[in-house]
Amino acid sequence: MGIETTDDERGLSEAGVPPVRRIVVDGETPPVRVAHRIGNGASPGLDEPFAVEQDFEAVWVEERMRIESLGVRFGQKEAVKDVSLQVNSGEVLALIGPSGCGKTTLLRSLNKLVDLTPTAIRSGRILLDDEDTAYMDDTLLRKKVGMLFQQPNPFPMTIFDNVAYGLRERGSKRPGKKALEPIVVDALERAGLWDEVSDNLNHPALSLSGGQQQRLCIARSLAVRPEVLLLDEPCSALDPISTAIIEDTIVNLKDEIAIVIVTHNLQQAERIADKVAFMYLGDLVEYGPATQVFNAPMAERTKDYVRGDFG
Amino acid sequence: MISGAGKKRTRRVRKPRKKGAKGVWSIGDRIGLGIAWITGIFLCVVAFSVTIYLAVKGISYINLDVLTSRPEAGVEQSETGGFLDPMIGTVLLTVLGTAIAAPIGVGIAIWLTEYGRPASLARFVEAGVEMLVGAPSIALAIFGLLIFQTSFMAPFSFTAEGGAVFGRSFFAAGAIMSLIALPFVVGGTREALNSIPKHVREASFALGKDQASTIRRVLLPASRAGIATGTTLGMAQIIGETAVVVVLLGASLQLAPEGAIPVLDIFKGTGSTLTSYVYINSPAGEGKAPEKAYAAAFVLLLIVIALNVMVNQITKRGQHKWG
Amino acid sequence: MPSLTLEATGIPEEVEAGDPTNRRVELMLGALASAVLLFIAGMIIFTLIKAWPSFANNGLAWFGAGGNVDQQLSDIFNSPADPADYVYELRAWPLIWSTILISGLSVVFATFIAVFSSIFIVHFAPTALQKLIEPVVKYLAAVPSVVYGLIGILVIVPWINNNLITEQMRASVAYVIQLDGSSVMAATMILTVMILPIMIALIVDSLRAVPLNWREGALALGVNKWRAVRTVSVRAIRPAIVAAAVLATARALGEAIMLAMVAGSIGFAPNPFDGILFLFEPSRPLAPSILDGEEGLSVVPFGETMYAFGFILIVSCVFFSFSGWAIRQSLSRYGIGAR
Repeated sequence: MGIETTDDERGLSEAGVPPVRRIVVDGETPPVRVAHRIGNGASPGLDEPFAVEQDFEAVWVEERMRIESLGVRFGQKEAVKDVSLQVNSGEVLALIGPSGCGKTTLLRSLNKLVDLTPTAIRSGRILLDDEDTAYMDDTLLRKKVGMLFQQPNPFPMTIFDNVAYGLRERGSKRPGKKALEPIVVDALERAGLWDEVSDNLNHPALSLSGGQQQRLCIARSLAVRPEVLLLDEPCSALDPISTAIIEDTIVNLKDEIAIVIVTHNLQQAERIADKVAFMYLGDLVEYGPATQVFNAPMAERTKDYVRGDFG
Repeated sequence: MISGAGKKRTRRVRKPRKKGAKGVWSIGDRIGLGIAWITGIFLCVVAFSVTIYLAVKGISYINLDVLTSRPEAGVEQSETGGFLDPMIGTVLLTVLGTAIAAPIGVGIAIWLTEYGRPASLARFVEAGVEMLVGAPSIALAIFGLLIFQTSFMAPFSFTAEGGAVFGRSFFAAGAIMSLIALPFVVGGTREALNSIPKHVREASFALGKDQASTIRRVLLPASRAGIATGTTLGMAQIIGETAVVVVLLGASLQLAPEGAIPVLDIFKGTGSTLTSYVYINSPAGEGKAPEKAYAAAFVLLLIVIALNVMVNQITKRGQHKWG
Repeated sequence: MPSLTLEATGIPEEVEAGDPTNRRVELMLGALASAVLLFIAGMIIFTLIKAWPSFANNGLAWFGAGGNVDQQLSDIFNSPADPADYVYELRAWPLIWSTILISGLSVVFATFIAVFSSIFIVHFAPTALQKLIEPVVKYLAAVPSVVYGLIGILVIVPWINNNLITEQMRASVAYVIQLDGSSVMAATMILTVMILPIMIALIVDSLRAVPLNWREGALALGVNKWRAVRTVSVRAIRPAIVAAAVLATARALGEAIMLAMVAGSIGFAPNPFDGILFLFEPSRPLAPSILDGEEGLSVVPFGETMYAFGFILIVSCVFFSFSGWAIRQSLSRYGIGAR
């Protein structure tokens, strides 16, 4: 089943998306082509064949990251136990579960940010495009796997400098402002912030509102053109309106970027996720299409959690 | 379950050279990191070479005789005696300076953290204390001389027959030394008081205690460790201070009691400390006995190390866990 | 749970807030605190009064250059006993210049080293090394200046004299001064080490206070750790670095003992335009000048001259301390300053 695709076929290159890697088919984990409607999580799931219906829009779902029996320990404490997951582009994967169940640790393992904690010990494998991230340079990995944090964390610089930061500080050559400008504008547009800040790119980023700051952080991540974007409860510090805007932004981004979101907010997961992974005390209890996890959970724990009995 | 296997796997993963690292770390980054390493190691090298050099030099000249005999005037090393008096001088001056600085410093710290009204005055006092840290000790010393040479201060030092007040004594030096230790006492106490959460004070008020007794019965006992740290740091400053000693304690290496009242006569008289002993015996002073300067400097260093260890112990033990 | 009132326990109620005792305590402590301000003000004013004749007799020329400052000082010291004949003439520029030169050079070097070593301590040192360096820095701060001076005069000065100063250099300045190792270079080297610890303490504190958030944000963008620290953390604490440098300047200006031992007690103004040679020339800053002249304080005009030096020192140190304090205050508003 050798599917050859080009960027043009998918109509993505004109949207300013970085050229996505050619799909590699080597028998083991062939990329699966499925279709689902954007926006409401009515995904037919991974195993269903490619089918285009009237009000469905075709989206490429292809594997970006694969987590193989990942375990993370902090000293004696096991935060994540033997978790295996897939992260696909074209989909939003939501990690849900009660506090302290290891969702954030799992997320932070994906870009090896968890390694900053000296006591952390990781086991298992995490593959990015079939390449073991353990063998990749941390900074190269983090360029491909962007991350957004719970608290908006724009740097104490101007809005422009914030978005350009990742491009400026990535290697020996520092691109000039002229070269950066289209990229910055594009990133701000994709993060849905351009209209609000186009006139004051030179204002300090910290003067923006919380929701704007968070979208600025999205723009900052997008400017580096990541393949995967990790979101760690991006809306927990924000008001409902900002939350709605950010959710829209996320849904719009998912065609281009594989998105993993950690959230406490089940409604939010229901609204935006295509796949849901439910974690409990470090274990992956259930993983499947959002509709299934929310409507017909298989595990007892998931049922309780989704119904709101605990958590 | 994973533990053994996990560890092994992690280790295996760490070994191979990572791909692409070269392009990510530019030359400038590498140079910067290299300089950071060099400067960090430089600090250690300086500290160890100072200590080891003085230890080697000091130990070879130190003996019981030097520690227990009084300094003498002489042309040869063998004639210049030991540094018993300077050691006593250091102790006296430290005790005197700390005794003045500790209560004043704690008082100022309490006022700053617990009262601090009016706020503008508190800000100025804060700045004032900060300025005492930066004030040149030599300027403090000659100002002290100015004060203690007035006839009003005559009881504190030797008065010549014509009525001229000498202005140099343990009292004078101790008073100025207290100013050098003061900021450290204030700093240590303030830090401790600030770390006591508000609810502790509120709990005390809720029991009907007023602010003054809250401070006395709750806050001060709780900040003992901070006060001790600050005082110890202040002591270290006094012990290491030289300019004040040279100017205000006179240049006599031996203790020279003044007046007839026992004990007080020593404080009224002049003398020396380990620091002034080192200075005077180095080539910069009369330079009579550099070997003894080394020995005294080593003793000084030992005291400093001991005080450092003390501060660490106090801080470690005194760390309160407020719920 | 039954409520337990104070009356019920039978313990007599203690004095209430607003009670005169409390008020008295506040006033007493307040007076004590204000005494510090009074003391500083008194110190500046009385020193100025005592120093005034020296300033008044020289006018602005006091700060200028001209003649041999050591000769002038010795003339002042040897003034006739009659107050009418007191000699005051002084051109203090060589001493002032020496102060500026030595403190300035030390602060520049120390700032450079302090920034890099602080980054190293906070972000890059392996845990074991970090545990070693922090006490080492505290220890370096606690070593008495006279010990630094002793090592300077017995180790560094002879080393410079034997290894760095060539015969050619000696000959080129032989008609003005003698090069013996006591020099700007020795003074700067040791002073740098002496002011490093306070700078490192301040910079390390503020580096630690930079929100982890920011650094993680940078790392998550695929920026390497050095860049992340340099462009986010160090950028954010720039005011703290300035504050540290300013406070270190105050410390450097006031150092007397060590400089008296290693700078070479000659009122000479080394000229950097002479090339590298100026580093090996002796000089004498203001603070050690007072220490050197300490024995002559009782000679009225000489004493007044010394108090003039003291006044200049106090004013500049107070200025630097205050600026450093003010910068740190403005920083702590953003939660980055050192307490």
